[in-house]
Amino acid sequence: MALEMEAVAPAAPDTSGWARTSWPPIFILVPSLLVTVAVMLPVAYVVGRTFGAGADAWDLLVQRSVLDTLLRTVFLSVAVTAATVTLAVPIAWLTVRTDLPFKRFWSVLTVLPLVIPSYVGALVAITALGPKGLVQQMLEGPFGIDRLPGIYGFSGSLLVLSFLSFPYVLLSVRAALWNLDPAMEEAARGLGLGAWATFRRVTLPHLRPAIAAGGLLVALYTLSDFGAVSLLRFNSFTRVIYLQYETSFDRTLAAASSLVLVMVGFALLMIEARARGRSRYHRSAVGSARAPNLVRLNAWRWPALLSVATVVTISLVLPVTVLTYWLVRGWAAGESLSFVWGALFNSAYVSLLAAAATLAAALPVAFLTVRHTGWLSSMLERTTYVGFALPGIVVALAFVYFGARYVTPLYQTLPLLVIVYVILFLPIAAGTIRASLLQLNPHVEEAARGLGRSPAHVFLTVLLPLLRTGLLASAVGVFLVTMKELPATLVLGPLGFKTLATATWSASSSAFFARAAAPALLILLISSLPVAFLTFREQRPAS
Amino acid sequence: MSGSRFLQLLRRFRGAAAIAALSASLLVFVAACGGGEGSADLVIYSGREEDLVGPLIDQFEEETGLDVGVRYGSNAQLIATIFEEGGNSPADVFFGSDPGSLGALSDKLGVLPASILEQVPVSFRSPLGTWVGVTGRARTVVYNTDALTEADLPESIFDFTDPVWKGRIGWAPTNGSFQSMVTAMRQIVGDDETREWLEGIKANNPTEYPKNTPIVQAVANGEVDVGFVNHYYLHRFLAEEGDSFSARNAFMRGGDAGAVVLVAGAGILKSADHQPAAERFIDFLLSVEAQQYFSDETFEYPLVEGVAPQADLVPLEEIEVPDLDLSSLSDLEGTLDLLRSVGVIP
Repeated sequence: MALEMEAVAPAAPDTSGWARTSWPPIFILVPSLLVTVAVMLPVAYVVGRTFGAGADAWDLLVQRSVLDTLLRTVFLSVAVTAATVTLAVPIAWLTVRTDLPFKRFWSVLTVLPLVIPSYVGALVAITALGPKGLVQQMLEGPFGIDRLPGIYGFSGSLLVLSFLSFPYVLLSVRAALWNLDPAMEEAARGLGLGAWATFRRVTLPHLRPAIAAGGLLVALYTLSDFGAVSLLRFNSFTRVIYLQYETSFDRTLAAASSLVLVMVGFALLMIEARARGRSRYHRSAVGSARAPNLVRLNAWRWPALLSVATVVTISLVLPVTVLTYWLVRGWAAGESLSFVWGALFNSAYVSLLAAAATLAAALPVAFLTVRHTGWLSSMLERTTYVGFALPGIVVALAFVYFGARYVTPLYQTLPLLVIVYVILFLPIAAGTIRASLLQLNPHVEEAARGLGRSPAHVFLTVLLPLLRTGLLASAVGVFLVTMKELPATLVLGPLGFKTLATATWSASSSAFFARAAAPALLILLISSLPVAFLTFREQRPAS
Repeated sequence: MSGSRFLQLLRRFRGAAAIAALSASLLVFVAACGGGEGSADLVIYSGREEDLVGPLIDQFEEETGLDVGVRYGSNAQLIATIFEEGGNSPADVFFGSDPGSLGALSDKLGVLPASILEQVPVSFRSPLGTWVGVTGRARTVVYNTDALTEADLPESIFDFTDPVWKGRIGWAPTNGSFQSMVTAMRQIVGDDETREWLEGIKANNPTEYPKNTPIVQAVANGEVDVGFVNHYYLHRFLAEEGDSFSARNAFMRGGDAGAVVLVAGAGILKSADHQPAAERFIDFLLSVEAQQYFSDETFEYPLVEGVAPQADLVPLEEIEVPDLDLSSLSDLEGTLDLLRSVGVIP
């Protein structure tokens, strides 16, 4: 089938010199197209809402000081991205390539901030670092410090969002480091480059796609975050969109604003494409993926240890401490902490489903965009990111619209909810898989094809096993973010469907902090299991 | 593909095969229980938090044997959802936490039977009969007890425009209850004076919060000295943190909008599939039992005869409530226009 198609397929522009079979096999093309259509639904909704109301929405949008808000939002997004790359790349390198003490321990802990919902992160930051907060109380006695630098506004949002979202970059860079052929670095060392020069001139350039993929996620995530910016009073675009719903129940204006956000998202995608570059990232000759020799830190191990520990303290220990403090204080005050086991089960279960489904959707898309380059496949790839730039409530309402009207039996059921998770989190999986796939030499597949295997067979028996690390990393990433997802779960979950995230939200929004602490801590606990699994697995040399 | 090759493939690939089998079986399971949606005897969309109303709904289920499905969310989120669902909304009852939300949904709500409406004083229900107040919540000024005593506070909300309050006020101009208070103010003193008040407060550089809870927290922390809030949030903090919590409420005494009593209320959607069960539920919310629950657990004011508010609360009669009909608070659009033109909301 696929072979026949190759014969009739027009010769697509050959960008990398290897592609003789530019027309993708059917089992890649059809799922990719389906995924693209699903991903475009929220955009269709936003466009429909905006223009369905006539010219009003645009007028309203133009009247307001949109540009101000837009610039402010983009500035925050860029700053958070820069901060996360600065945090994540060294940590990834230290935990994969060096003899840093307790590497596995740090590997698990540095990924976990990803599961802290941003409103919890912000609440914790305010409790700890706000005026008269815990840190200040501690400093007040011995040091007489009665005023800390302000947590509200840009600086607080930058701090909270950076420390919560750097694991996006970390996950993709770590996966790339594991897949990087150590022979290249060894050759560089052999040719006389020092450890640092090797990192800068060999390792870092090969990490570019992974850094770009992770950084893009952070940038888009920052655009769409509501929890942190609302509590920290930073007027980002998404906050304005929420306020439009909140204050005037105005879906048209909110849709028009979302459309602007979609455009910003596309602009960021273009930037990422540039940053990613056009180079090849796989080794050209046959090599073997194996464990690299570890870089010895020697005297540097203690400063390195201290920096990693500091990042973990701010991003994880601090939130856990504040949550535990709330929990214990509530306990002492006689607050009953009868826990809903149902929420625990639901969270784990729906996150597993979302991870499996997202992986299944992301794999063909990633394959298509790496192995069959061309304008169509790069268009497909861009669109998969759209859901990530839109505020969760907008995507959720889009599926309320389509779900209640066109697939009524599925509306507010788990299958539709899982589909929405796939759309929201597709880029997390697709980006990581993409980065891993870029590191595989297509000659491997061609050789298998040459030996008479069908494309599907090659895909299953050659490609998937080689991609295992990337696949697992992306599944874990999706699992973690699904654990904390809120707006889609609230609006589209089956009636009475409680998760740990909805329990946390419900309790904290009615100021029952003790009750909010227990499910929030459980999210962390459950999430640490797959992360630990991933970490322990990747320490074994890949076969 | 021959059998042995298939087995070989399976062996090589058992991890993924296991995952595929697992997800397939999960999906089957999901499909099997996904149909449970349509089986609820009553569907409630609740803008009020689960921690507050969940136990009450459990009790209703127990007493009536009905299977009730509840969707919790913010008022705005649920209203947007109902609008997007069009005629296909599964919701029967909307239980909202401020008059503005109930008013926004008014077109979608049917007229309630007189037997329900008449249980509540006229001033606490919709003039069109589309929703009924369930509990009362007074607007109040919460103050930091380390910085101030009640005697330091002015009589009227209008006095907070005095420059002595510069940098000391917390408010939540995007919050529904605050906006309802502004609507009340417009009804009482007119748009011009309301605008002057807003501009006066704005000139005092108030700190903006997303809603009531963080204001109370901020007042107790000493971030600001006073905040404009609903009365009951303080009592939740007191229950969790004890009497050492450094904030208390003061009711404005000028008979102005600063002490207006708002409601949380409920209505039945025109598209409801379970009209009788929906009426039964609202009736239950107004029962002595449910009203007593709100009084004891949420520290709100009961609205039906014969139920007393929680002992720590200033009785409703002692609050100098402005002479005002809640039904006149439906002009949310006018209030939003005013707030936008003063520049306190985007």
